[in-house]
Amino acid sequence: MANKPISEMGLPKSIANVFAARNIITAKDALSLSEFELMELLDVGFEEVMLAVAHISEITCPPYHTAMSLLEQRNQNEYLAGHLPTRLKGVDAALCGGIPFGVVTELVGPAGIGKTQFCLKLALLASLPTSYGGLGGRVIYVDVESKFSSRRMIEMGFSSFPEIFHTEGLAQEMAGRVLVLRPASLSEFTESLQQIRVSLLQHHVKLLIIDSMAALTSGEYGQGPPRHHPLGWHISFIKSLAECCRIPVVVTNQVRSQGRDEASRYIFQVQSRTDTMEDPSKFDSHLVAALGIHWAHAVSIRLVLESRSGQRLIKIAKSSISPSVGFFFNITSSGISLLSDEGVEMMGPEANTIHCQGLI
Amino acid sequence: MEVSSLPISASHRGKLISAGYSSLSSLSSVSPSKLAQDLKISENEVLKILKVVSARKGGHRKNTLRVDISPPLQSGIPFGVPVPPSPFGCFRLPSLVPSGPTRLRIVGQPFSPAITRAQTAWDILHEEESSICITTSCSDLDEILGGGIRCKEVTEIDTEGSFMVERASQIAEACAEDMLEYNSLLRKDSQACRVDKPPKAFMDNIFYFRICTYTEQIAVVNYLEKFINEHKDIKIVIIDSITFHFRQEFEDMALRTRLLSGMALKLMKLAKKFNLAVVLLNQVTTKYNEGSFQLTLALGDSWAHASTNRIILYWNGNERYAYIDKSPSMRSASAPYAVTSRGIRNSASNCKRVKLM
Repeated sequence: MANKPISEMGLPKSIANVFAARNIITAKDALSLSEFELMELLDVGFEEVMLAVAHISEITCPPYHTAMSLLEQRNQNEYLAGHLPTRLKGVDAALCGGIPFGVVTELVGPAGIGKTQFCLKLALLASLPTSYGGLGGRVIYVDVESKFSSRRMIEMGFSSFPEIFHTEGLAQEMAGRVLVLRPASLSEFTESLQQIRVSLLQHHVKLLIIDSMAALTSGEYGQGPPRHHPLGWHISFIKSLAECCRIPVVVTNQVRSQGRDEASRYIFQVQSRTDTMEDPSKFDSHLVAALGIHWAHAVSIRLVLESRSGQRLIKIAKSSISPSVGFFFNITSSGISLLSDEGVEMMGPEANTIHCQGLI
Repeated sequence: MEVSSLPISASHRGKLISAGYSSLSSLSSVSPSKLAQDLKISENEVLKILKVVSARKGGHRKNTLRVDISPPLQSGIPFGVPVPPSPFGCFRLPSLVPSGPTRLRIVGQPFSPAITRAQTAWDILHEEESSICITTSCSDLDEILGGGIRCKEVTEIDTEGSFMVERASQIAEACAEDMLEYNSLLRKDSQACRVDKPPKAFMDNIFYFRICTYTEQIAVVNYLEKFINEHKDIKIVIIDSITFHFRQEFEDMALRTRLLSGMALKLMKLAKKFNLAVVLLNQVTTKYNEGSFQLTLALGDSWAHASTNRIILYWNGNERYAYIDKSPSMRSASAPYAVTSRGIRNSASNCKRVKLM
């Protein structure tokens, strides 16, 4: 929408020619200048500029929907009103059906906790035919750290759906639906994102998994923190992919230890004396998600996987549709299974903290 | 040179000046046909220029401002004007000045021809009292906000999130149930209107725009004026969040500041013109301050001036708190609130008192 050329917007000929003559081709060029600047540049009167800008804005503005029409559309057109069930009853109940379509879901946790296992299970579930409760579509799996294991995925399939998988050729058909990409660097990833956009629509892709996002930037930092987030463009692009194709996008993230300079308070919040004393041991055991605050704002749903005294826990840390709950889980041959469907309520900001005790 | 500040095209301006018309008074005494001849442009264009000139002249005398304190009114404004309870206590203008209500009239012409009427402070007080406040459904928050989110003002809240239809319908259903409960508490002969809306009606009244780039964001703000004219009765505009697209890959910080301030002005104008509330959501970033990093609002210091009120939401221990960081009429205070399945409600903890800072 932003790159729509002005020549196609139906402006009166005279003013459209003036825009073109001054090299203002797209809506983005026109709206990045204030009305007075446009007046100077185009050499036309103020009223004409106002009318032209209003017209361009109206055409560039995306169409609106009422919330009711959105709900009805989703109930009619989409599987389970736009959710991919994870087959973990407690998690699905908390997420109103499963991983939602159209938004970015993040899985964050320390190494070895089970993020890749979760992703493999989701890839399996999405490729199942709709008659068996899957999405019946293709899956694009972007595997940055070379952790994808098709053998493990098929093992999960045999374990969780034995009656389906023993059918002749089904395993092969489903494995054929999962497309694995292995970009070696951030620039390769950027290129492949563009290609992904094209193939999403052509090939009925129903799920995009990126495992992991943090690994893409780990080798790319120069001296000191960069001024702009290196993944800034990618975040917007992935969000818009999810949005316009209405598919779930699952991204995994790593953790790092909390640095000394980590900010956690506002200037008006009173700090007690004990807090200000530095406690080095506290910093090492405190883990935070990698990729920073900016990324944390960009994702819509954040699932934190952590371990507390040897018990693995999956928590819904950020979600506008769920309460803060956590579920203890185990990794089994069929993927992840919850120990109990009753969640443990997470008080306060506890849902966001990441522990790694008892897991090497 | 007065002609150089007219909002007309640069070439017309150049022609006027080179033909010798440098002040507005020189233009008022010349006939359109002579001007057309002198400038070598068509009569239509001359008429347009003269229209701009007369609009400018009508509102532009001298650049002076005289403050006139006229004698107290004998009639008109009643003495016992009810004021809403405010943390400052009951303040009434009469008590500040011993001899009754005084009118402070600002005499002088406004600089821009777009503003055609000046308001006295008394009128503004009346308007404020009769303006609608949108409740946040949490009485502690409403208390510190002085009734709720005021229309005609831009309120900025600091948080993160994205619109989920299922959650909206959950809250709408809870709202409808609460309304029914409220109806049963009303007396039978009460004048207050009974609200009897099904959740569907709530959902039908939420208009949702999804924008993917900052250009679309600017386009939506420009388009809103026409949209609100078509759909009468819009009372609140919420932008969630205003920061997101402006934090990606903006190398030109000056352009960003310009675009943001332009957008803020347009939103302010919308709020005043249509008497609606504008709520903006912002994100946080870290700032190095006095030897340590602090959390602060994104988009920089220049954006801080854009909104009228500013509320910061934060965690305090295990509770969520809202803190009024900036407001022209409310004192800095914080209040706890809780997010429940029915939406935002009062916090259920024991120490529920509003904490003044």
